[in-house]
Amino acid sequence: MSSPVIRAEDLTKRYGGVLALDRVSFEVAEGEIFGFLGPNGAGKTTTINLLTGLARPDSGRILYRGEETTGRMKRAQRLLGVVPDESNLYPELTGLENLGFCGALYGMRKRPREERARELLRLFGLEGAAGRRFSGYSKGMKRRLAIAAALMHRPPILFLDEPTTGIDVESARRIRGLLAEMNREGVTIFLTTHYIEEAERLCRRIAFIAAGRILRVDFLEELLEPLKGKHMLRLTLSREIDDRLGELRRAFPAIAFAALAGKRCRLESAAPVALGPIVRFLEECGIEVLEAVRLRPSLEEVFVEITGIEAEAMRREREPRPAGGTA
Amino acid sequence: MRQAIAFWNILLKDMRAYYLKPPNVSWGILFPLAWTAMFFIKSGSGPERWREVLPGVAAISILFGTTSMLAVTVTFEKKGRSFERLLLAPISLELLMFAKTAGAILFGVANAFVPFAIAAFFVDLVPFAWGMALPAVLLLAVSSTFLGLFIAVSVSEVFEAQTFSNFFRFPMIFLCGLFFPIAHLPWFLQPLAYLFPLTYGVDLLRHSLQLPAMLSPAVDFGVLGLFCWALFAFSLRNVRRRWIL
Repeated sequence: MSSPVIRAEDLTKRYGGVLALDRVSFEVAEGEIFGFLGPNGAGKTTTINLLTGLARPDSGRILYRGEETTGRMKRAQRLLGVVPDESNLYPELTGLENLGFCGALYGMRKRPREERARELLRLFGLEGAAGRRFSGYSKGMKRRLAIAAALMHRPPILFLDEPTTGIDVESARRIRGLLAEMNREGVTIFLTTHYIEEAERLCRRIAFIAAGRILRVDFLEELLEPLKGKHMLRLTLSREIDDRLGELRRAFPAIAFAALAGKRCRLESAAPVALGPIVRFLEECGIEVLEAVRLRPSLEEVFVEITGIEAEAMRREREPRPAGGTA
Repeated sequence: MRQAIAFWNILLKDMRAYYLKPPNVSWGILFPLAWTAMFFIKSGSGPERWREVLPGVAAISILFGTTSMLAVTVTFEKKGRSFERLLLAPISLELLMFAKTAGAILFGVANAFVPFAIAAFFVDLVPFAWGMALPAVLLLAVSSTFLGLFIAVSVSEVFEAQTFSNFFRFPMIFLCGLFFPIAHLPWFLQPLAYLFPLTYGVDLLRHSLQLPAMLSPAVDFGVLGLFCWALFAFSLRNVRRRWIL
């Protein structure tokens, strides 16, 4: 790995009696997209807050380009662009004014910041909305403008906290494309997300975090390596399967069975799975197979194995509930 | 230079987003106007008493103008998380908070001159000691703004800031010698009057108008300066402790 631009050493943070981060350590290399993957409350935002100066660690060290900045974050802030999980630009200002103001906070003079703001508005497809108030933007537009605002002063390091959560598919796709482009231009990206497929698509290295602890940090290829050559299926059944797992394992010893939420189960084998005998066995047990889906070896499987958290449940945690839905 | 650009743009943004909005401009004019009218109606006297009323009305206008605005420009922005954007900028916290309060200071000074402008129609303000009045108004605006800042960074909600402000403002206007001379207050309340910056500001304005005052101008300036320093320092400490967790 090339020299780290960000280095976190044993970062620990408590809020009252709650341990939000427990000796978190990792490095981010120059020019990479580093994914920070974990469920709600895992410590992703706390980590970003510590790394950007919005919070102070109780213990541990933060280094940017080899220089310690713990407790002196103002020294590092010029290097950083930060996109929070909620758009926090000024609703009463227009898109262009918001970008201009953000540039001014970093000491940019009037003409360069106007030129840069127009360039970013063009790049982010917001040229037509430059003169509109931020309060009138859609969620996707707000998120794009927030990313543009973070890039105003051309920071070499960009922090993004859940950049595509709660926005439409097209906007999310566009944002992912822009991030890949920023990265090609040399921007180091620290991305927190709970969308496993997003991390898989964008990131070179990924850290899994749960309950304030880093469970594993590795290159994407290394994480996927154990899944190579594996055959996986997901069955949707007419009822829960937990009480029959033992019998299934005895009947098909070469296959690993795992019960999933929502009357589903997962099958994993080193050889191709013959589905017929399994379907018949289950029917004899009074369980109907409603659907069988072949799973491609993905980061999701690795995540479930390492964290013990179901990816689907994690996705649902952050998705906006439909109108009229109950809490 | 970079710090100056950031400072100027924070001030400019606040002026445009908050202070120069029509409701605030009209409030800044109507509020001192209402206080001036109230004093005259209450006293039942004519324009010959302008000089006596002016220090109090100007001081109240500054106090309410500045403390009310900070609840919006600071507490509201903190609640809406846009304040985080400022905390992430590579500018010192001192400069940032000074930029956030500069608009309120200017607003307070502008408020103070509404009663003066009205008074100019009725009394001769030429013998007025402007050399003392201008720094007095400025220092009063700074100390009231920093009091507002102290309140704004001690709470989480805008309504809490307004309620907490009144906890200071109302005792202050009753005890600082505006309605009753301090010497006429019950003995146990008199020491309280000296705990408020408004008392020293009003006293300075009385000096400026060549009215009887309690303390020397040097003491008034000195104590007001101390209030400014202490309130700003406490506010910064609160921001560091409560907002940069």
